[in-house]
Amino acid sequence: MIDAPGIAFQVLQSVFVVLAAPLLMGWANQCRAWLQNRSAPSILLPYYTLAKLFHKDVVIARNASALFHVTPYVVFGCMWLAAGIVPVLATDLPFAPAADIIALVGVFALARVFSALAAMDIGTAFGGLGARREMLIGFLAEPAMLMILFTAAFISGSTQLNTIVETLAYREFAIYPSLAFAAVAFLMVLLAENARIPIDNPTTHLELTMIHEAMILEYSARHLALIEWAVAIKLFAYMAIGIALFLPWGIAQAGDWGALPLALATLAAKLALAGAGLALLETLLAKLRLFLAPEFLSTAFLLGVLGMLTHFLTLG
Amino acid sequence: MQVLSSPLSGSLLAAAAWFAIAILSLIPAGNAFFARKLAFPLGMLAGLALAASGLQAIWLASPEQMTLPLGLPELPFHLRLDPLAGYFLMLLGSVSAGVSIYAAGYFRDETAGRLALIALEYHLFLASMAFVILADDAYLFMVAWETMALSSYFLVTTDHKLPAIRSAGFLYLLIAHLGAIAILLCFGVMNGGQGDYTFDALRAAELKPRWATVAFLLAFFGFGAKAGMIPLHAWLPEAHPAAPSPVSALMSGIMLKTAIYGMIRVIYDLIGNVRWEWGMLVLVIGTGTTLFGVLYALMQHDLKRLLAYHSVENIGIILLGLGMSMVFVGFGHPAAGALGLIAALYHTLNHAVFKALLFLGAGSILHATGLRNLNNMGGLIHKMPQTAFYFLVGALAISALPPLNGFVSEWLTFQTALQAPILKNGVVRSLLPLFAATLALAGALTAMCFVKVYGIAFLGRPRETQPPARSSEGDQVHDAGLMERFGMAWLAAGCFVLGLFPTSFLLMLNRVAVSLTGQGLREAAVQSNWLWLVPIESERASYSPIVFLIVILCVTLLTFILVRRFYHGRLRYSEAWGCGYSELTARAQDTADAFGQPIRHVFGPLYLMKRRMPEPDDPAPRFSLKIYDRHWYWLYLPVARLAEYVSSKIALLQQGRISIYLLYSFLTLIALLVFVR
Repeated sequence: MIDAPGIAFQVLQSVFVVLAAPLLMGWANQCRAWLQNRSAPSILLPYYTLAKLFHKDVVIARNASALFHVTPYVVFGCMWLAAGIVPVLATDLPFAPAADIIALVGVFALARVFSALAAMDIGTAFGGLGARREMLIGFLAEPAMLMILFTAAFISGSTQLNTIVETLAYREFAIYPSLAFAAVAFLMVLLAENARIPIDNPTTHLELTMIHEAMILEYSARHLALIEWAVAIKLFAYMAIGIALFLPWGIAQAGDWGALPLALATLAAKLALAGAGLALLETLLAKLRLFLAPEFLSTAFLLGVLGMLTHFLTLG
Repeated sequence: MQVLSSPLSGSLLAAAAWFAIAILSLIPAGNAFFARKLAFPLGMLAGLALAASGLQAIWLASPEQMTLPLGLPELPFHLRLDPLAGYFLMLLGSVSAGVSIYAAGYFRDETAGRLALIALEYHLFLASMAFVILADDAYLFMVAWETMALSSYFLVTTDHKLPAIRSAGFLYLLIAHLGAIAILLCFGVMNGGQGDYTFDALRAAELKPRWATVAFLLAFFGFGAKAGMIPLHAWLPEAHPAAPSPVSALMSGIMLKTAIYGMIRVIYDLIGNVRWEWGMLVLVIGTGTTLFGVLYALMQHDLKRLLAYHSVENIGIILLGLGMSMVFVGFGHPAAGALGLIAALYHTLNHAVFKALLFLGAGSILHATGLRNLNNMGGLIHKMPQTAFYFLVGALAISALPPLNGFVSEWLTFQTALQAPILKNGVVRSLLPLFAATLALAGALTAMCFVKVYGIAFLGRPRETQPPARSSEGDQVHDAGLMERFGMAWLAAGCFVLGLFPTSFLLMLNRVAVSLTGQGLREAAVQSNWLWLVPIESERASYSPIVFLIVILCVTLLTFILVRRFYHGRLRYSEAWGCGYSELTARAQDTADAFGQPIRHVFGPLYLMKRRMPEPDDPAPRFSLKIYDRHWYWLYLPVARLAEYVSSKIALLQQGRISIYLLYSFLTLIALLVFVR
């Protein structure tokens, strides 16, 4: 459906996700502060941080290679692409057929590989440590993620997120036991992939426990800003995928301007809930030791497999 | 011109050209002028010609056949070119073209005698592979197969003065021949005693189901030994590091694929009537091969050994696609079966391209620095920027990252697995997605492994133990030469073309699938245009690498411009952050072994590790860790001991006295007279 309204929706959604992503981050931080009985920072704090970082001069190690310079842009570009593919506001976007859910996992993997490579570029101890741990989490999370996506794909008979959302949103309400398993597994993968507690702690200052933060230790100023922004977009995109798979009701169709306000409102409500839930989880849970991460993620994988098997069983 | 217009004569001519180059390389005149200056570039041209003929053959309406009056009397060579053979000829020609032009630069410093021998064996190797693919009778097939094994054996043992290389070569030859015996027996079983060994006769022979299964098992394990599937993979990690790098590229990129060709030819074409149980066996072995390959690759610090284990892994991925295809065909779903076959064949070509590229990159590193051990490398991106770029393309492609080629074939394999609901058998239906999950795991582990390789070899800072370069142009580590870069650029371009224009290859492979399973993809898939890859129906799955790439590039560029426009591009250089210490040492960086540590922790039971921890009061503490391939201990060594035991018993017959031997002859004669009337 490549026509003017479709493209307008596409551009609108991509820009919306990129601009709104730090807000979600700010909201989650605010909720967490409240839950921890601290006085909360402004919800706009992530924007201020980004602006501050963009204004600073970049400081780069002398032996940085070209790879180090391009990685922030590549990572940001990958996340932006993901923001354009996931049905956030509307389904049936013109770019959506360019990548299905498997390719979407590939986009995230591409960004991860580039950040890990950049982490090893300077040749510090923590860079390699972060890269190694990040890839560990990555290879554990990817099969689990695919199992979850396969479950959804089997239900709707398609790997296109569009078709999946349309199948789930517009068909009469039915409870899929397989999706319940998948939802729990997805939550676990979301936490791991976005470097949240209990796998990683985004606010840590202790290098030895870092995963994602250790990889970006050498980045500063606009490079760091782009990476932080990409992290925010990734969280947003993951939540949007979760919403698309498990709570798809209320989404508009591309070109349907009338449905847009409703879609925005439901999305805001769902994301507010998701952000608060994330803050709650991060308050209740403690960070796991690194080598408990495989158990955590293999549980997610097994739940994903159970979901898939349940689907085949209920199919008869 | 009549000759050239027929793809079969064209490819025969190209193969003959390779043969001629091989012979001419022996001319010793002018410091082996021919072998040094002409042989490899001419070999490249012959490769391109062969690729063109192969491409043409894929679109042939009916297979071309020819009989050559060579070989034994009454037993001429039969040749045949159908879409399957055409596809593999294209693979052979196009990949070998890149490797040949690289070899022209790589071997330039060899002495005349060695160079002449290498050029002879190299081109003989290429020609024999072409004949393996063209063969249409078991006799020519086995002759070409054995020529291929022998010429590659001599190439592997180019540096035969080193005992390690000799034993690697011996192991290779041994397993190659075990495989060859199985293949020979397989032809015997399929023949069923009628005495005619042309493939036409084998195709026509009606096998009883039990004998068909026997033939399948023989073919699967016979070709599997050559392909390097678990547990017959042990020769790969030994032979690949031993061989010169262009030869490793040929062996890993192309020779392993002739085994895949043989498997498909025998199972789909000659035996026919594919059974789903066979597919399950292929899937189980493929899964094991994939996982073991990548897990052992992660433990290596020798770059070429690591790449060899990745070849094992990729053969596993090809087997996964093939197995799924066989399951679908066996259950009577030829359309889904065609998709699986296409995925397997696509990955065959993809792996040939990127693995050859990676081996060539490893060769350039070896040439420039004399290093194969990752733990001594570091920071090569500054000294070899072009090699670093090509290697990055290969590393991203093998890690199955979009929009490069490795992703396309894995994506197609996933799509095949997602066809599982059409199966009636509940167990198989729920197992297929699990096989796909192991593929996902392997893909992510491969990404980890290549982050390790690239991060340690090319990025970071040089490790302290880096020895001075041993190149001829002074002691400075240098980038690869022009010819070498050209070869790598050709293959890197292949990674992009195969990744960005998958639809044209999908249509090509559809022809191959139609010729083998009798049915191809659905109409919707065949009519998909070059932009959108649609294997089944557009509502079910689609992927457009071009749009993908353009969007990523545009968005990245836009970000760059916006950041520069609204802010600034100021940049300061400084020291890296030293964690509070004033000086960073290069030894603080991860080594290849350190990078694999989480994997050892998670998958510990799968490895056979010998670890030596220092005592607390050790005056000179050293930590050492060795990882062994378990297959050696449960399979190879017992078999070797058994063989030794049996031969020591048989040795009792050898008394060394002529009278005893005469007695044996006499007894044999009597026995024959009794039994043969």
